[in-house]
Amino acid sequence: MTATRLSSGGSAIDRSRPVSFSFDGRKLQGFEGDTIASALLASDVAVVGRSFKYHRPRGIWGAGVEEPNALVDISGSVATTPNTRATTEFVLEGMIAKSVNASPNAAADRNAFIDRFSRFIPAAFYYKTFMWPDWHLFEPRIRAVAGLGEVDTGWQSSGPADQINRHCDVLVVGAGPAGLAAAKLAAGAGQSVILVDGQREPGGSLNHRTGEIDGKPDAAWVAETIAELSAAGHIVLPSTTAFGIYDHNLVGLNQRHVDGRPDTLWRVRPRRIVLATGAIERPLPFANNDLPGIMSADAALIYLRRFAVLVGRRIIVATNNDSAYEVAGALAEAGADVTLVDSRKDGAPAAPEGVSRMAGRLVAAARGKVRVEGAVLDDGTVLEADCVAVSGGWTPTIHLFCQARGKLVWSEAQAAFLPGDPVEGMAVVGAAAGAVSLSGVFEGAAKAMPGATTSPAPRSTGVEATGGILAAWPIPGARGRVWIDYQNDVTAKDVELAARENFISVEHLKRYTTLGMATDQGKTSNLAGLALMGAATGRTVPEVGTTTYRPPFTPVPLASFAGARGGELMSPVRRLPLENVHRAQGAVFQEYGGWLRPAHYGGADADRAIQDEARRARQSVALFDGSTLGKIEVMGPKAAEFVDFIYYNTMSTLKPGRCRYGFMLSENGVVFDDGILVRLDEHRFVVSCSSSHVAAVHARLEEWRQDRFGRDAVYIHNATSEMATLTVSGPNAKNLLVALNLGLSLDDTDLPHMAIGEGMFETEPVRVARVSFTGDRSYEVSIRADRAERLWARMHEAGKAFDAVTIGLEALMILRAEKGYIVIGKDTDGTTLPHDLGVDGPRAKRKSEYVGRRSLFTEVAMPDSRQQLVGLAVARGEEPLATGAHGISREGGKLRSQGFVTSSYHSPTLARPVALGLIERGAARHGETIDIQHLGMVRRATITGPCAFDPSGERLNA
Amino acid sequence: MTRRYSALSLIKEGLAGQKGWQPAWRSPEPKKIYDAVVIGGGGHGLATAYYLARSHGVTNVAVLEKGWIGGGNTGRNTTVVRSNYYYPESVAIYGLAHRLYEGLSKELNYNVMLSKRGMVFLCHSTGEMEIGARTVNAMQINGVDAEMFSVDDVRRVAPVLNFAPDARFPVFGGVWQGRAGTARHDAVAWGYARAASALGVDIIQNCEVTDFIVEGGRCRGVQTSRGTIRTDRIGMAVAGHSSVLSAKAGLRLPINSYALQACVSEPIKPILDTVVLSPGTGVYVSQSDKGEIVIGGALDRVPSYGQRGNLPTLEGVISGLLEMFPAFGQLKLMRQWAGIVDVVPDSSPIIGESPLPGLFLNCGWGTGGFKAIPAGGTLLAHLLATGKHHDISRPFDLDRFVTGRLLDEAAGSGIAH
Amino acid sequence: MQLFHCPFCGARDETEFHFGGEAGNLRPDGADAPADRWANYLYMRDNPKGAVREVWVHMNCGEFFVMERDSVSHQVLSSTSLDGAGHAQ
Repeated sequence: MTATRLSSGGSAIDRSRPVSFSFDGRKLQGFEGDTIASALLASDVAVVGRSFKYHRPRGIWGAGVEEPNALVDISGSVATTPNTRATTEFVLEGMIAKSVNASPNAAADRNAFIDRFSRFIPAAFYYKTFMWPDWHLFEPRIRAVAGLGEVDTGWQSSGPADQINRHCDVLVVGAGPAGLAAAKLAAGAGQSVILVDGQREPGGSLNHRTGEIDGKPDAAWVAETIAELSAAGHIVLPSTTAFGIYDHNLVGLNQRHVDGRPDTLWRVRPRRIVLATGAIERPLPFANNDLPGIMSADAALIYLRRFAVLVGRRIIVATNNDSAYEVAGALAEAGADVTLVDSRKDGAPAAPEGVSRMAGRLVAAARGKVRVEGAVLDDGTVLEADCVAVSGGWTPTIHLFCQARGKLVWSEAQAAFLPGDPVEGMAVVGAAAGAVSLSGVFEGAAKAMPGATTSPAPRSTGVEATGGILAAWPIPGARGRVWIDYQNDVTAKDVELAARENFISVEHLKRYTTLGMATDQGKTSNLAGLALMGAATGRTVPEVGTTTYRPPFTPVPLASFAGARGGELMSPVRRLPLENVHRAQGAVFQEYGGWLRPAHYGGADADRAIQDEARRARQSVALFDGSTLGKIEVMGPKAAEFVDFIYYNTMSTLKPGRCRYGFMLSENGVVFDDGILVRLDEHRFVVSCSSSHVAAVHARLEEWRQDRFGRDAVYIHNATSEMATLTVSGPNAKNLLVALNLGLSLDDTDLPHMAIGEGMFETEPVRVARVSFTGDRSYEVSIRADRAERLWARMHEAGKAFDAVTIGLEALMILRAEKGYIVIGKDTDGTTLPHDLGVDGPRAKRKSEYVGRRSLFTEVAMPDSRQQLVGLAVARGEEPLATGAHGISREGGKLRSQGFVTSSYHSPTLARPVALGLIERGAARHGETIDIQHLGMVRRATITGPCAFDPSGERLNA
Repeated sequence: MTRRYSALSLIKEGLAGQKGWQPAWRSPEPKKIYDAVVIGGGGHGLATAYYLARSHGVTNVAVLEKGWIGGGNTGRNTTVVRSNYYYPESVAIYGLAHRLYEGLSKELNYNVMLSKRGMVFLCHSTGEMEIGARTVNAMQINGVDAEMFSVDDVRRVAPVLNFAPDARFPVFGGVWQGRAGTARHDAVAWGYARAASALGVDIIQNCEVTDFIVEGGRCRGVQTSRGTIRTDRIGMAVAGHSSVLSAKAGLRLPINSYALQACVSEPIKPILDTVVLSPGTGVYVSQSDKGEIVIGGALDRVPSYGQRGNLPTLEGVISGLLEMFPAFGQLKLMRQWAGIVDVVPDSSPIIGESPLPGLFLNCGWGTGGFKAIPAGGTLLAHLLATGKHHDISRPFDLDRFVTGRLLDEAAGSGIAH
Repeated sequence: MQLFHCPFCGARDETEFHFGGEAGNLRPDGADAPADRWANYLYMRDNPKGAVREVWVHMNCGEFFVMERDSVSHQVLSSTSLDGAGHAQ
């Protein structure tokens, strides 16, 4: 028995509230306030996980975010979460924790045998083998053993994660001594402060290291400072990690909650950022330094003082620096038999009381099979131990500084990279800036917070920490397996192999060996790796350099980034003013171009319902909600000139009260939109564009207005959502409209095809446009959207006399296809030019400039071999062609596409299929047959003109 | 000097303490004169040098890399390899790349881990199914192994997807290419580098091209941070920085540079064995052999040369991901990064001699350069060796922007590639 | 999230803006404009690394304006309405 819970002490735990949980199926007890790691140590669970590649047994290394070994999947009374760090996750009643990458469990992993073959599978071995006969034979097995935690496929979100945006004057990251001092000074200077810390309790190192501030015990000073800040209305966020710094000083925070709520994402935009992120302790390089029971010395102190867990009975404290001395003293005082092995002969502090010290000695190798049993020193001395607490020095946590593109400088004296030239709007203080003593920390904090402040900088009044260190990097050629990256199983030999094979760039080192690419992102391992690379290649550490630091500093739940943007909130659909009325009429809705619209009405059999609607529409009269059609008003002294420029067709010759159909082109000549332009008066037009193009057309109009015509020449107003447009179409359309009494003459001389009239529905003005997308006489009645329901109801009442049918978009699609009317983006693609659709007049004749004009005369626009709009007919009784089928030819034994079917339906009125397509030279090939291929099957069709129904257009005026 | 890699060599070296491995590629000092110089030590540049040496016998070649090889988009993409394109010209170029990828590990004696696990483009509506059919038919006519997938077919290959009929982007089916998959991106660069170096190509890292030497209207060499290098044939394969370098040669290109972001989750046990693209949500996702969920998405909104991630695009991509894969809501983001891509109006590459004779271009691959590396290398090598277009590269010449003969896959297929 | 400055509305999130192209890209009118000049206008770009001058639109208010910024550091240097910038030239 080795690690134990002491009978008293532990500032983080509440002994009155025991918590039971399970680990790898074992029922265990902890206390409220325990992390999974501290509770496991208290129960002397040594092996808590298996490494990624070799499945080596691994124990708890650290006590915070740097933890490389102790990853668990948690479930039970908490939301299922794979790959959780046991050192930062608190135990909760009923929590089920399971070690990752171990089967059946960490203690007895059936893949442990892999380690015995480790010499044959060094770093990057997979690039050198598995090529014959094929990687596919090997990949599934390798995939199966890779990966860490397991996903619960039935997992469901308990609700969206909160996202909070905040501005503040100063964001202080880290609530240790440096961060608290900086926050206090900033608050004293009247600045608004947000102070965040990854731990549940602020204080940082003050929570487990000894110190005295302003004459008070450090814990009292922490409590007082936090109380002051909170009382003054500043925001203090514990359990919150700043994970990334983005453009324009935006900082992302990941806030955790103890009550099981999803984490909260904060986006904070401070004027100034103070990084007080501390430093992370490094391992020492010796053989077998990954055995369970070998842990960070600072972590050993944290477990002792915060959780009352004594991590061993016979403990070797191995160090190369002063910081482990307090640890050794405290462990001895708690009753452990402590031997301090310091690599320095001279310059070290005095050995703490009750600790035997061996100066100028290094640990050469750890002994033990499943957990550490002792160590061999460089002089051959063998020491028994059940725990080795190591300190290889401190790596300042400068990730955020580097994300903000700060440059680092190497400090040989401190054996660390420190922040170099300051980044604008950011200061780095405390251990992150290389400060060691509290005095040094406070001095740095005061410098970072210049300006008037009512709070004096805190003063250290106790014993000061010292920072003596003799660098201890892995040495090339050292014996045994010296682990650099615990999680990804990278050893010193792997780094040397990379050097030997010329992967000497630090980025190549990372990618080739996977050093630093695990979930801990190399927080404990990177520096040792690049120091060894330097030694192996005759370069200094700064010459090797560091890899790029990328967000996030610690893993952040994906759900935090998504927030509430799920379902319809992710991509809202646009809705008709009369949606509820359509629903009451039995409409089946579908999304079309971003709009939710009735596809058809009623009927379990959709096809039958659609056919029925299309057939009845031709027989008498149909009602259709066309409110989605764009209605963009263009007005002003140069409105006519403007629409001439915007449209392919000349529009300025249009008479007031009349409508004209036209195309809008993109500057590359491609037909971008089609629709009706209405001229209301001399200087006022309404652009009626496709439903799905309203926003884009509006933006184009604005662009040309502002960039070519000027603000005073034209004014543009998008009235699409203000007005509902209800369409009456069919042989009885006029009769139905007469019955509505709209107060305008529907006489064909007063309101001919392609004209508009103004009328009144009850007390509301309406605009009636006689235009048609069905080929039958049609009237589009536009009315204020909030008055449309009454008009729609009246239309249905009046329609009863004519057996009116309400039709959805699918029936309309059949009607327009019968007529050969196109839908842009369906019957055209991103290469279709206006003359491909048979509209060559403007291109041939227009003299004035218009959008896209020059592109109609490029080399590619000229040939008559282009794909052109056609109709495609198949024999009566056959199934319609498949939309998306291609016309094919065989040339030299090879298939070639000649174009494709764009729209295809069964026409109930013609009692045969109708189809439109874009076919090479189609306009000149009417009457020819063509092979049409769909999913390997070939049929024949006859090329025709696009219009299959009423080609003479008599019904428009019938 | 290059030793063959095999299981046997691993066993031998395992017994010998890994001491016998040689540098994967040499790092010589640059010479003053080369027969050809390739600017850019990414996949395309290294492949170009390899094919120059292997297919054309031109071995006195230097690859000049500003930083470290494979450090640009080759090492930053989401590793997808596929050839499911709409136009025959595109099928020719990506099909060439795909076929070469299939033999690449053996050819280079370097396992690039081509994993043909298949890829599905999801269709979220009947309209998208029609466009999917148009695409599949075009592909089948052009000889691509494309299939139309029903919703049940999709369920078979990616059961973890959200199949709820009332989902915001319901799954109606998809377009499947079984031969598509992923490859290990770094290995492609390293494998080509090792093979090219073995054939005599000089790979010069930390060598930035600062200017072009132009004499008599031709490009005759380059000034670099490591001295002047003269040559009569220069190939440029510097995706993301194509405009910057061509400006030094006095050229403008039809390119805007944008950051394309990607990210990975923490590694988990296998859950997704195929590549899934959902055009509705703009999400591109697969699971790596290490177990990470590899997530790609749309371009950033703002043109940029800043190789770093940001929040708005990431948030959009991840909300799309969770909409398609609700179970991934229990995962955490591990790493986020960005690469700078050449965005061309028709999203097709530019390959050919530049208006400055002697300078040849390989650029404009947009978000899809990785999958084309073997073809990009083959075609640029052909241009450098012969001075003429390969039949496959002809349609991709810069002159298409004057003739209007653009090859816009999105325009043709309705699916943005 | 970058902050851009609309000349009408002030500082707003980048997601409210749409990139409109490089400033000073003049349109050659006429069906007989030389093919290469038209291609230049339609497709060719300077795409500089560093200082850029671009046309943007603030989608919420519809204002087109010229923004100067740095394409590497993303520092925004100035925003001017199109009128003030002389029609983006």
